[in-house]
Amino acid sequence: MTPGLTIGPIHYFWAAEKKRDFYARIADEAPVDTVYLGEVICSKRQPFFDQHLPEVAERLSRAGKRVVFSGLAEVMLKRERKACAELAGQNELEIEVNNAAALFHLPPGRRHRIGPFMMVYNGETLAHLAERGATHVTVPVEMPATSVAGMAQRAAALGVGLEVQVFGRAGLATSARCYHARAYGRTKDNCQFVCEEHSDGLPLDTRDGEAFLRVNGIQTLSHSYVNLFAEVPAMAEIGVTDLRLLPQDTDMVAVASVFDDIRNARIDTTEAEARFDEIPIEAPFSNGFWYGEAGHRRIEANARPLA
Amino acid sequence: MTTGELVCPAGTPAALRTAVDAGADSIYCGFQNATNARNFPGLNFTPQELGKAVQYAHEKGAKVLLALNTYPPEGKFGLWREAADLGADLDVDAYIVADMGVAAYVADNHPDKRLHLSVQAAAASPDAIRYYVREFGVRRVVLPRILTIPEIREIKQEIPCEIETFIFGNHGLMVEGRCSLTNYATGLSTNMDGVCSPAHLVEYRRDAEGGMATRLGPFTIDRFGPDESAGYPTICKGRFCNSEHPEGYYAFEEPISLNLSRLLPELMDAGVNAFKIEGRQRSRAYVKKVVAAFRAAVDDIRDGLEPALSDLAALTEGQKQTEGAYKTKKWR
Repeated sequence: MTPGLTIGPIHYFWAAEKKRDFYARIADEAPVDTVYLGEVICSKRQPFFDQHLPEVAERLSRAGKRVVFSGLAEVMLKRERKACAELAGQNELEIEVNNAAALFHLPPGRRHRIGPFMMVYNGETLAHLAERGATHVTVPVEMPATSVAGMAQRAAALGVGLEVQVFGRAGLATSARCYHARAYGRTKDNCQFVCEEHSDGLPLDTRDGEAFLRVNGIQTLSHSYVNLFAEVPAMAEIGVTDLRLLPQDTDMVAVASVFDDIRNARIDTTEAEARFDEIPIEAPFSNGFWYGEAGHRRIEANARPLA
Repeated sequence: MTTGELVCPAGTPAALRTAVDAGADSIYCGFQNATNARNFPGLNFTPQELGKAVQYAHEKGAKVLLALNTYPPEGKFGLWREAADLGADLDVDAYIVADMGVAAYVADNHPDKRLHLSVQAAAASPDAIRYYVREFGVRRVVLPRILTIPEIREIKQEIPCEIETFIFGNHGLMVEGRCSLTNYATGLSTNMDGVCSPAHLVEYRRDAEGGMATRLGPFTIDRFGPDESAGYPTICKGRFCNSEHPEGYYAFEEPISLNLSRLLPELMDAGVNAFKIEGRQRSRAYVKKVVAAFRAAVDDIRDGLEPALSDLAALTEGQKQTEGAYKTKKWR
């Protein structure tokens, strides 16, 4: 079956106007099925876009996209706990849970999705969550294909969707400390939203001058963009139901179009590669995690078009 | 409930006996495989060793907590299942778990055993903790090293289980159980394989000027001048560069050790039931010295005396210490 294509939540702190423009373009032009909205990284950023969410959601829905609201990955403070309880308590919207705090507040049996920050690595955890209403799970970005294949089988048996991140920087770590603020000699409480200055993350290069990581507030990301376009046919074959594109500050409509063409077997991987060459992306691509290798590596796929 | 239970590390049977003899109330340890988060060569217990260790601890009135605190990837769950069953056969007193599937397995199959929620589960709010209590009957949570003492006090008032906090040792910066930095650089996963900066992929490379580059996999984690002592290349303790810091800076944290010895009375007052000393990779001498010092301190506090802890400073990494997040929100 042809997998669905999704736009994951924006991990960076983009200005409200930039986000609205981004989603308007996704609504009008991107061949994706599902869009995840909501701030998942930092609760301090939430007030800046919350007011626009209903309008953006409606715009996406009218364009035929399924809209899912994603919750915070880190929950510790009162406002974060409150946000979790509110997300779990509302009835109208489909939600993605990224912290067990939200699970606690879900009414028994309430349908929900499980995000990649929940670290679902195996069928036993999947079964536990599915029994309690989970309908769809996105696996951690470091999960190798061998385990994803088994997970897809378990998910299918449970009637649960299984999503894999196929594009965008890999979220490698989160912290209670804001490393963006730290880089500027500030603390989290006094950050002055300096993360807004880096729409694709703050670089961390090695002292040998090699690009290595990116800082996004409390999150640490890979420098390389995960790009599993060549692996899409294999994913479809093992039963991955959805492919997640994480928004980067590049032409995401063009990225979505390549993935749409490759999932529908309209182009082969050689052509996909050529299409990616046309998209303005500075970072190298990586796919090591998928092959159970170091995540930064790019390994030649033994790829073929979808039958 | 007792407070001030001293939970001590053991990477080897000898370290376990040492910790017990030095006054540990509980010892945590793991098997020699990916089922625990310190899966290092030469560390941890064979089933036979663990059986003897449990016997030794029980004879001296100490408890043994089995760390099953990694995340089984699909296809390998059997290894964690076997470890849990083996632990029951060997009469361990509790399991320390992070993965929901492992928690469910233990709750279903060994319901008489205590379940402790590992720091690797990253439960940092009363809501998250109560989920694990409600679903798996968790009896104790090991709190992440990111909370202030007033926050711990508030959590305690809202949760129906015991609290264990780290008081000494490595100062973890990332949310534990959510970190794939090592896997990005090396292909070995902290969550799935139980390793962080594995030694066999670490390299110390001397340069022409007499300086030293420390590397993990293909990445330079730090560079040291001829007069600096080179630290172990853990990514979250490395120095990196960007436009704000072209010469390099500790982007996450300086190499520093957690030492909460001065905060013990406050922590006990906040409702912390158990104190955890980090360091299953440490030597017997280290374990002996640290455990004995904290034993004396906790006993002093219980007797209403001022604890003396001057010796512990010498044991911390690079002699630098922090009270981390516990003391102030400014740490964040």
